Amino acid sequence: MSQHNRLAQGGRIDRNQPLSFTWNGKQYQGYQGDTLASAMLANGIKVVGRSFKYSRARGIFGHGAEEANALMQLGVGKETIPNPRATQIELFDGLTASATNGWPNADFDLMEWVGKIGGKMMPPGFYYKTFMWPEKMWMTYEKFIRKAAGYGKASLEADPDTYDKMNRHCDVMIVGAGPAGLAAALEAGRTGKRVILADEQNEFGGSLLASGQTINDQPAVEWAEAAAAELAAMENVICLPRTTVFGYYDHNFLGALERRTDHQGMTAQSGTRQRIHRIRAHQVVLATGAIERPLVFANNDLPGVMLSGSVATYVNRYGVVPGNRCVVMTTNDSGYQTALDIVAAGRTVVAIVDVRHNPEGRLVDAAREAGITVKPGHAIIEAKGNKQVTDAMVAPIDIEGDKVTGQPMSMSCDLIAVAGGWSPVVHLSCHTGSRPQWNDEVAAFVPGPTLQQQHLAGAIDGEYSTAGALTAGAQMGAKAAASEVHNQYDCGDESICPAQAMYLVPHTKPVSRAPKQFVDFQNDVTAAGIELANREGFESIEHVKRYTAMGFGTDQGKTGNINGMAITAKNLGKTIAETGTTIFRPAYTPVTFGAIGGRDIGELLDPARHTAMHSWHLDNGALFENVGQWKRPWYYPKAGESMQQTLNRECMAVRRSVGMVDASTLGKIDIQGKDAREFLNRVYTNAFSKLAPGKCRYGLMLKEDGMVFDDGVTACLGDNHFLMTTTTGGAAGVMSWLEMWLQTEWPELEVYLTSVTDHWATCSFSGPNARKVLEKLCDDVDLSAEAFKFMDWREGTVAGIKARIFRISFTGELAYEVNVPANQGLHMWQQIMAAGEEFDITPYGTETMHVLRAEKGYIIVGQDTDGSLTPQDCGMHWVVGKNKEFSFLGKRSFTRPDTSRDDRKHLVGLKPTDPTVVIPEGSQIVADPTQPIPMDMLGHVTSSYWSECLGHGIALGTVKAGHHKTGDTVYFPLADGRVLAAEICSPVFYDPKGERHHD
Amino acid sequence: MLHIYCPYCEEMREEEEFSYSGEAHIARPLDPESLTDAEWGDYVFFRTNPRGLHHEMWNHAVGCRRYFNVTRNTHTYEIYETYKMGEQPTVTGGKS
Amino acid sequence: MKKYSGFSLFKHSLKHHEDWQKAWRSPRPKKSYDVIIVGGGGHGLATAYYLAKEHGITNIAVVEKGYLGGGNTARNTTIVRSNYLWDEASKLYDHALDLWYGLSQDLNYNVMFSSRGVMNLGHNLQDMRDIERRVNANRLNGIDAAVLNTQEVKEIVPIINDSQDIRYPVLGASWQKTGGVARHDAVAWGFARGADQLGVDLIQQCEVTDIVVEQGAVTGVQTNQGFIGAKKVACVTAGNSGVVAAMAGIRLPLESHPLQALVSEPIKPIIDTVVMSNAVHAYVSQSDKGDLVIGAGIDSYNGYGQRGSFHVVEHTLSAICELFPMFSRVRMNRAWGGVVDTCPDACPIISKTRVDGLYFNCGWGTGGFKATPGSGHVFAHTVAHDEPHPLAKPFTIDRFNTGHLIDEHGAAGVAH
Repeated sequence: MSQHNRLAQGGRIDRNQPLSFTWNGKQYQGYQGDTLASAMLANGIKVVGRSFKYSRARGIFGHGAEEANALMQLGVGKETIPNPRATQIELFDGLTASATNGWPNADFDLMEWVGKIGGKMMPPGFYYKTFMWPEKMWMTYEKFIRKAAGYGKASLEADPDTYDKMNRHCDVMIVGAGPAGLAAALEAGRTGKRVILADEQNEFGGSLLASGQTINDQPAVEWAEAAAAELAAMENVICLPRTTVFGYYDHNFLGALERRTDHQGMTAQSGTRQRIHRIRAHQVVLATGAIERPLVFANNDLPGVMLSGSVATYVNRYGVVPGNRCVVMTTNDSGYQTALDIVAAGRTVVAIVDVRHNPEGRLVDAAREAGITVKPGHAIIEAKGNKQVTDAMVAPIDIEGDKVTGQPMSMSCDLIAVAGGWSPVVHLSCHTGSRPQWNDEVAAFVPGPTLQQQHLAGAIDGEYSTAGALTAGAQMGAKAAASEVHNQYDCGDESICPAQAMYLVPHTKPVSRAPKQFVDFQNDVTAAGIELANREGFESIEHVKRYTAMGFGTDQGKTGNINGMAITAKNLGKTIAETGTTIFRPAYTPVTFGAIGGRDIGELLDPARHTAMHSWHLDNGALFENVGQWKRPWYYPKAGESMQQTLNRECMAVRRSVGMVDASTLGKIDIQGKDAREFLNRVYTNAFSKLAPGKCRYGLMLKEDGMVFDDGVTACLGDNHFLMTTTTGGAAGVMSWLEMWLQTEWPELEVYLTSVTDHWATCSFSGPNARKVLEKLCDDVDLSAEAFKFMDWREGTVAGIKARIFRISFTGELAYEVNVPANQGLHMWQQIMAAGEEFDITPYGTETMHVLRAEKGYIIVGQDTDGSLTPQDCGMHWVVGKNKEFSFLGKRSFTRPDTSRDDRKHLVGLKPTDPTVVIPEGSQIVADPTQPIPMDMLGHVTSSYWSECLGHGIALGTVKAGHHKTGDTVYFPLADGRVLAAEICSPVFYDPKGERHHD
Repeated sequence: MLHIYCPYCEEMREEEEFSYSGEAHIARPLDPESLTDAEWGDYVFFRTNPRGLHHEMWNHAVGCRRYFNVTRNTHTYEIYETYKMGEQPTVTGGKS
Repeated sequence: MKKYSGFSLFKHSLKHHEDWQKAWRSPRPKKSYDVIIVGGGGHGLATAYYLAKEHGITNIAVVEKGYLGGGNTARNTTIVRSNYLWDEASKLYDHALDLWYGLSQDLNYNVMFSSRGVMNLGHNLQDMRDIERRVNANRLNGIDAAVLNTQEVKEIVPIINDSQDIRYPVLGASWQKTGGVARHDAVAWGFARGADQLGVDLIQQCEVTDIVVEQGAVTGVQTNQGFIGAKKVACVTAGNSGVVAAMAGIRLPLESHPLQALVSEPIKPIIDTVVMSNAVHAYVSQSDKGDLVIGAGIDSYNGYGQRGSFHVVEHTLSAICELFPMFSRVRMNRAWGGVVDTCPDACPIISKTRVDGLYFNCGWGTGGFKATPGSGHVFAHTVAHDEPHPLAKPFTIDRFNTGHLIDEHGAAGVAH
């Protein structure tokens, strides 16, 4: 039974290129040019899935983005993709797909019985009304609900594909390459302006590809092919087929997803699978067309009920007739064309059921001439069948379409084609906040006013005729390109008989009692469900949407929403315009996460910054710590060492001889200008007025709330020239902060800031032998303690390289920081290591640096502070200038009632009562460990280490009024039940007089 | 995504090149010490936050690194003008 | 009002569901009320419910410019947790968490509170220090919290990328297993139905255009449905709080920003908890319907447009694909934005004002949904007694003058 629904000829498929595919484990054949849906229909596959709530059998219903039923599990294993629509999957050889729901399978699904029996108890919102007892059971109920819900399965392995992005700029962006889009592109293209034309389908042409019409006496398909070729030849036009514009963002920015290889196989054989074009357009022409509306009647979800235009598309474009005996129900002339197409394909049209009482005109006459029975003033009120349509129940209805006026008759059929009118694809126009407006003339929502440079052409604007769409496209294309219209279009007689607006088809029974009349197939929302929601007081259309889940599916209500809104309006006695519409959000159709992420994953998620000496650190076994974007050596373990042993070794090397840390990552800002000093006075808490060239000073920076936000040493390079260092993580923030003040508040200051962090590499070595090491490398600077004092800096030659040498210390030892241009950093580091060899110079990482500075009570901003401590809280009154003329940033906040309390949390030292103990960092501090929970907490441990040189644990922490509690014992109740104790002490544990670094 | 004209670079550039810097035209008090706590608190923390016309600062962070002002509608996101530091807005009336 | 239950569903199914009553009335506004609550979102409706239930004040109107629960209540990622850093904040949120338990039963409306656990990942050593600090503080405050190492994270979320070679390796997490998610719309509707039952008038499509103040005291509100008198007016208008406050001549330390979220297409259950990462600005859970619900970082600029910029979503999905490489082939179904009112210290304002009888509950920023019952509960007390509930005391507007901020930025970066 191979492709028994396939026509012998016609359509845009290549019968010489058969492709095999597997559906639910069984092999089938289709042709090059098929979608999975057209191939499935060709093979007579009816049931393609099961519905969300009631597990009802569902078949293919549409032919494109509007499809709500045919969600596939495409591919297997790590290649699998959950939920793509069969109607949008281009067939390739070897394609494998299966249904996403149904147990044991979609065709024979036992869950159907749950739906049938329990369905009556599952109206909208039923879950809000039950599953509440006993309370604990919800988690169990939920497990079952979750299992039943969802469609396809995600892979459990990493995505084998890659994705990328392209930034695009153009004068005219045209979305949709149907008649309107093509006509627009031809006009805009010929002006020479930069044009982009994107269409979601594999080839341009849109509705023309399934049309038997002529354009300027040329068959429509041929015209489309010629137009596409003409555009492809224009150098200023970028044609993007298989590209869905999924989002329209502010200021004419559009996101478009190009599927580059999905038509060839599950994964890209080379290059990227999908690409997102990030398009910034001067002008946008939306030519997105319209989607056919179904009609809401009983059992309208049976496989075999399809959109009329989709049936015609399958016949004309894919050479597939989805059934042998078709009943067409229509509210307008388009159903007649479908009927004629079916007849032309050699199949039977049982009847055209037209809800209009007096249809007449060109197409009606043509149908009658073709011998098709026309039933005016009738409707299909119910479909019958089990897992596929077998009969249509047709009944006369009144002229308003509200009531059944006579006995229904049964028409045997295997296909029902439904033409309920058209809904313009307004989605993109909504994304920027524009609300669609109801247009009575076309009985549809059309895009509302917008601030974007946006033009509408064709069916999106309610212009449904081909000539009308072409003409509108030409006008808008020319307008967007600021040009005159060039092309004229004639498509012959397109006269139509006016359509009748109809949404819910009446039944002999009231809505609440009729068989289910589906509005939203994907979420199993019925007319009765909407009626119930309205009855229960959910009157806003947004409430209806949320209560019933209408429009929440992966089709975002492309076919169901308008019907649901119309039904709501009728229930509430309002017009559709009054009821309004919900707002469409991006994406128009679903977009692969990986494509949105693009290349910014893995290493490119966030750049990692390496210092000039990084290779040396790697070669020497360093483990790294992420600090901001930087990779900093954390510690350098030797074989067999535990982390603590490494730290002990590194710390003792510094205390006893000499060690070196790579300090290149500290932020460095070069500050010049005649007002540089004044500027520093304003942004730092302490004074820089008298800092002489050759001298350095530590400074604290506050936000205006008075809280510490950065610190660092600033060196005076010349009277009007300073070099500021910042914390590693805070560098960029400080730079912006300083620039902001300079540019926005104090433009009168002549100061120039330059970030020079990356320009310099910094080798910081400390320890009693530090001077001896430097002496070996530098002979043009007097390094004696008297000549080159602590907090001095000198320019000199170190290992043959011109360097800035800073005598500053973060370890409490004699220390030098040698700064050289970054590309000489590795050389310098190696020279210092070589010179220090005789002193057993030891490289150390951030962890040892933290231990050494904590032994000295030096804070690390961001670890010991958290944006809630003032300098006073940190015990750093000494760094706050009292007599500075300018009220430096943050100063005024000191005197606020809360900031001036003297029982705020203070940063203190903590010496464990048990010297062998290291209190875990992050431990909370209490005064009374016996207090029951909740306990009163005094503060927390910010830093804590084993101090090898002191032989006991040390910690820093914040304690309420801690500066007044020196000597008190405080406690640390740990998660494991232990309670540790420590004595509040000075944070300076080592060399409290500071003799060592002054030596 | 906003498209912003940098008045220093004299070009339209993508939002991603800029960083937002809050309400514009908030002068730092010349003599903070003379302010009441409430006045100081107002300067530090309180912003106009209108729904509609808003004068705000942006920094061309990965461009010229200059700060400048933007008059923008916070409801429609329409940008009416951008102007340099020290200049005054020309669009000041109306709401969204 | 009929009680909801499985039995009532069964009974109604026999009658084709034709006899269900309205979940709430749609009354015309009366001339005046004891209390008018401006804003019919979750917090406003909860305030009304608790005012009526616990303080005996039933002459209340909730006025809502759109539809009930149509603001941030309808646009968040539904995460519920209470593991905040500072005592003041964590106690307030934990009060809310206590109320989440049993809320469905209390309201007779299943809000689907699913205590599936919430995990906050740490990616560097400082993150882990902050996590230790926060978890210890939570624990000693009696709040459920634990620290997980990488392996323990992997056991709870087997699909997470636990490689230590990635840009932001998972070093561990804080874990609140009593946290979870809830059905956001149901929360608003449950409180609405509950409040209505107690006599509260819920007035939709009623936009407040002015707050009328006479001699320093509030007397009512001007609306598009006319003047409505009130002894007290309580504003719970989230992103629009600044605009509403301006009507009474009050300035608030708020900025309204777009905050975006997105969902995937529904897929079969794949992640059973809530995973959050402040460092990379991404968090994810899976709804009962099967959607991956993903929250993005906040847009930097002020915006009332309920939409943000695409690059924020791009950044979030990069991070999500890094943490969960198998999500890369899953597809984004829908993205949207809310308007969040952020406070300088990332904590709410629950406060009296200098206008007698005028109260504000706002500034919840990115974290309001989880607080809904607690926020309503303490605000109801504040309004009823004209005196802050003890838990609300630290959250007055005054703190921005005294400097007594509760800086949740401290350890949280972005306090989702």
